[in-house]
Amino acid sequence: MMAPLYSYGLFGDEFSLVLAFIIGIGFGFFLERAGFGSAKKLAAQFYLTDLAVFKVMFTAIVTAMLGLFYLSWIGWLDLSLVYLTPTFIWPQIAGGILLGFGFVVGGYCPGTSLVAASTGKVDALIYIGGIFAGIFAFGEVFPRITNFFYSGDMGEVTMPALFGLPYGLVVFAVVLMALGGFWGAGAVERIFGAKQAES
Amino acid sequence: MSSASGVGRAAPYMNPYLAGIGLGLVLLASFVVMGQGLGASGSMTSAVAVMVNAVAPEHAQANEFYVDYLDRGVGHPLKTFLTFEVLGVIVGGFVSGMLAGRVRRTIEKGPRISTRGRLLLAFAGGGLMGIGAKLARGCTSGQALTGGAMLNFGSWAFMMMIFAGAYMLAYFVRRQWR
Repeated sequence: MMAPLYSYGLFGDEFSLVLAFIIGIGFGFFLERAGFGSAKKLAAQFYLTDLAVFKVMFTAIVTAMLGLFYLSWIGWLDLSLVYLTPTFIWPQIAGGILLGFGFVVGGYCPGTSLVAASTGKVDALIYIGGIFAGIFAFGEVFPRITNFFYSGDMGEVTMPALFGLPYGLVVFAVVLMALGGFWGAGAVERIFGAKQAES
Repeated sequence: MSSASGVGRAAPYMNPYLAGIGLGLVLLASFVVMGQGLGASGSMTSAVAVMVNAVAPEHAQANEFYVDYLDRGVGHPLKTFLTFEVLGVIVGGFVSGMLAGRVRRTIEKGPRISTRGRLLLAFAGGGLMGIGAKLARGCTSGQALTGGAMLNFGSWAFMMMIFAGAYMLAYFVRRQWR
């Protein structure tokens, strides 16, 4: 057992910031490569003409999930030391819907707006200004919505733990679901892409 | 009608599955090296908290939400993993854009909306995103991608809701894009 490397004290806080910067470069690089610096490309997901958002997101999730599962299975990574955001189901459901609204109205999510702004999109800069305003608004009303913010507390809970299923089985199910989704995404693009070409 | 952004000599985008594998490996590296995933809205929250604290320190100190973010960091609230990661995201996006000939000052919108209208919607969308990400304790990066790979129950519920919300509203803002 030797990972997460930071948790095992292989380097200190200051150096972790250097690593954060390098990891960020990789993150931004692949977001831009995928075309996610373009609001039109991102928004096309919601008009079913280009499902790259779904494909990239689920490929990334499956890749990282399989990596985590494998590294923990060979005893190299202690999964219990990887940070798991606790679940507060009600605010997360409400937040997800609002975030979905913001995605299709603004054309970006926070990560992709940074990549878009760095490649010259003025609308992305304005969008980032909007995010700051939204966070500030949230901060200002926070004292009045504290109860809701902490409602539906389920603690740190994974799907295998919640449903009482073996971890590997859920991993397998997610892989199958993703493969089915990729197949379906291709079919959807052919139907709606053709419709768009007609109109 | 759908021309790729950055017409001219801009290179085509990477195959989505290859880009997804690249993104997944970066995320995995973050888990293995730091014991935490990626994020984007967290650093923006740190920035907001620092600004509020600079303008109205007493007001910020009295609010649990700002205090949480002011207490983070290695000696300074902005010296966090997430802030440095986000600086890297900006650099990485720029480098990839340069290499592909896609860095260009432009406003992304469909042909049926004014520039002013597009920018107003961009600001409004950002605002909704900011509120949503704070309610949900993370955005598409910190919750959906990171929590998705960890099989976090709340993250998966959140992810389904993002798609539900976006599809619900897509019809009403279609003129912005098509």
